[in-house]
Amino acid sequence: MGWSRYVVAVGATLFTLSGAAQAATVELPMTREGADAQEVLQLALIDATPGDTLVMPAGRFALTDGLSLDIDGVTLRGQGPDKTILSFRGQAAGGEGLLVTSDKIVLEGFAVEDVKGDAIKANGSDEITFRNIRVEWTDGPAATNGAYGLYPVSSTHVLIENCVAIGASDAGIYVGQSQHIIVRNSRAEMNVAGIEIENSYYADVYDNVATHNTGGILVFDLPGLPQQGGHSVRVFNNQAINNDTPNFAPEGNIVADVPMGTGVMIMANRDVEIFGNEIDGNATTGILVVAYPYDTDDAAYQPFPAGISIHDNKIGRNGFAPDNEIGELIAEVAGTPIPDIVWDGRLPWWETFFGPAQGDGIYVGANSATDGEAVGFINLDVTFWYAARWLHSVDREPPAHAGEPAKLATVSVSQEAR
Amino acid sequence: MSARLFSGIPCLSGGMPSLSGRMKSMVLAILALLWAGQAEAVNLEVAMAEKPAALLSDYGLFDDLGAQVPADGVVPYDLITPLFTDYATKRRFVFLPEGTVADYQGAGLPAFPLGSILVKTFAYPRVDGNEGLRLVETRLLIHQQSGWVAYPYVWNEDQTDAVLKRAGARVSVTATRDNGRLEDIRYVVPNVNQCKGCHVSDDRLTPIGPKVRNLNHDFPYETGAENQLAHWARLGLLDGLPAAPDRLPRMVDWQEAASSVEARARAYLDVNCAHCHVASGPGKTSGLFLTWEETDRTRLGVEKRPIAAGRGSGGLAYDIQPGEPEASILLFRMESVDPGIMMPETGRTLVHEEGVRLIRTWIAGLEE
Repeated sequence: MGWSRYVVAVGATLFTLSGAAQAATVELPMTREGADAQEVLQLALIDATPGDTLVMPAGRFALTDGLSLDIDGVTLRGQGPDKTILSFRGQAAGGEGLLVTSDKIVLEGFAVEDVKGDAIKANGSDEITFRNIRVEWTDGPAATNGAYGLYPVSSTHVLIENCVAIGASDAGIYVGQSQHIIVRNSRAEMNVAGIEIENSYYADVYDNVATHNTGGILVFDLPGLPQQGGHSVRVFNNQAINNDTPNFAPEGNIVADVPMGTGVMIMANRDVEIFGNEIDGNATTGILVVAYPYDTDDAAYQPFPAGISIHDNKIGRNGFAPDNEIGELIAEVAGTPIPDIVWDGRLPWWETFFGPAQGDGIYVGANSATDGEAVGFINLDVTFWYAARWLHSVDREPPAHAGEPAKLATVSVSQEAR
Repeated sequence: MSARLFSGIPCLSGGMPSLSGRMKSMVLAILALLWAGQAEAVNLEVAMAEKPAALLSDYGLFDDLGAQVPADGVVPYDLITPLFTDYATKRRFVFLPEGTVADYQGAGLPAFPLGSILVKTFAYPRVDGNEGLRLVETRLLIHQQSGWVAYPYVWNEDQTDAVLKRAGARVSVTATRDNGRLEDIRYVVPNVNQCKGCHVSDDRLTPIGPKVRNLNHDFPYETGAENQLAHWARLGLLDGLPAAPDRLPRMVDWQEAASSVEARARAYLDVNCAHCHVASGPGKTSGLFLTWEETDRTRLGVEKRPIAAGRGSGGLAYDIQPGEPEASILLFRMESVDPGIMMPETGRTLVHEEGVRLIRTWIAGLEE
């Protein structure tokens, strides 16, 4: 026996000894009746070994409890978002339809319907992919619908593509406290917020359609959380059109404040670039840039947006029927119709007098009008509106803040690199 | 046998690269041979195997399984303030391999050695006219080389043994509330992932209950009442206590009228909520932290806005509105049994009326 053959033999022996489970494609024997699907699916999710692909058959399966996956490297695949349907209408327990807490996960080709809480949540997952997934509350918008459709949180390398989210009482596609995020080629419809990126770093949101939501695409940062200071978010080549569903979020949630007909909204983030989007038919305004509106005792929190760049968007008819207290305030200050791009004008007090530092300003470049009317802008100067009305003045010219916004790099996620 | 048995065996010490399953089995087989000479009823080989046993009886943890009479070396314990689980009566036991000891490391969990088994049986008083308990499930937490593992076993109708149910189960039982009222419920046995849902800390499974401060009171042993920490130390189960138990941290009993409402409420929230709502737990994404040690009022929920509560907000602005329990999300979610609203998310199908009353009283007395 030659040396090399010996090595091979030893290697093979070690491999056998290691008892390493072989990655496999497992066809799940789910049936449509009774509790069978629940047990078959949950047991498969528990018994999976890294590298496995679990394949669900076509059919509508009634589930009674939330499912969960905590094995790394598993693909859960259905026969398509209109063929393999997990229905949670009769759900009796569990805060989510499907909870993922492991890494290197691919979910693709199935639908999750009518969950009592969130449809699919991934908490603390690295390399989580949602592909060709539909999450939906099938009775249409209602405050009794679950909060989030696709809900990765505290996760890294998040890829959401070719997905559909309908009817969430908070956000259809919500990425929270995460890093390295791509959301693309997806559709969010009839949610309170279509797509929301919250307290997150390095996100590219592009080629999506957000329509018939209350607000189309939101980029928010909130205080008091383990990850805050959201930054480096690009929103480009999306359609945020006809977001005309009355807000149906339960009070208390931040999105309950979003006026119906907000195309794109940025709150308290740093370094956000909004470009190449088609923004039309949003009754309150096309693009709204604001500071966090509430008091907070979180000293580390930065409530003001900074380094915001808005350019080369195609902007149609917006601002024709402002909604809720925010809309009314804007209308009171700006008049109706409301300009297409609205900034509340709030800055840290020293910047109110001296202007933002280089690169920390609000930069509004050229945007093209698709409705024949020039793209309007307004700085509401909300600070003085409330604090000293005699000093208040609106400004309809984009601010000439010093410097230029940071050039944001294209986001990549590691599951695409492999 | 050496008092530091496992530390002398590299593959069990945890510090070495993990070995293959087969090699582990070989080592365990040798270990079992070493053990054969001992009068040890508990089957450590079964406990340390990669796959869980099919039956609870396979572990040899009990001399009389149905009567929950523990085997030699399996010690009963209880907690000063326990987790609420649909009014279930709980029987808890701890087993440490002979010659091993748990090390005191402050008021929290002691460092349990490899091979430790924590046993918790959930039961209800029988309502068929007979004395005794109807056993529903027994959960095992076992400290293996790879870390802790959690397995749920569901009791059979005859109450002769319990069967592994990794996917969890629903069991129809009649629960007896503390006020004596009976409730027919579909008791939820968690699946192994749901076990992790609570027992996870920084991505690793961990025990929750037997924290030093929550053990530090008397237990009615067969030999008479004795402080549990003193008892464990005397048996050689717990090492390194820096002082007598009466000088060590002690959790408040949530029902003990002599303690302040504040302390009782904080004890209740710690035990029922803080396994998730802790900086190392899955509930950290909410920014709400309900641990016994938390001192920041906002992090505790006082005038804190919800983050991702959805329907769980109940249309309310703050987790806790001081002086206004009915305007507090925390209480709203405790009073719900809707899976999209209720907290905790798992472990109950009933509202804990007595717990709700305590938290309501606490919030009503909080000042802005």
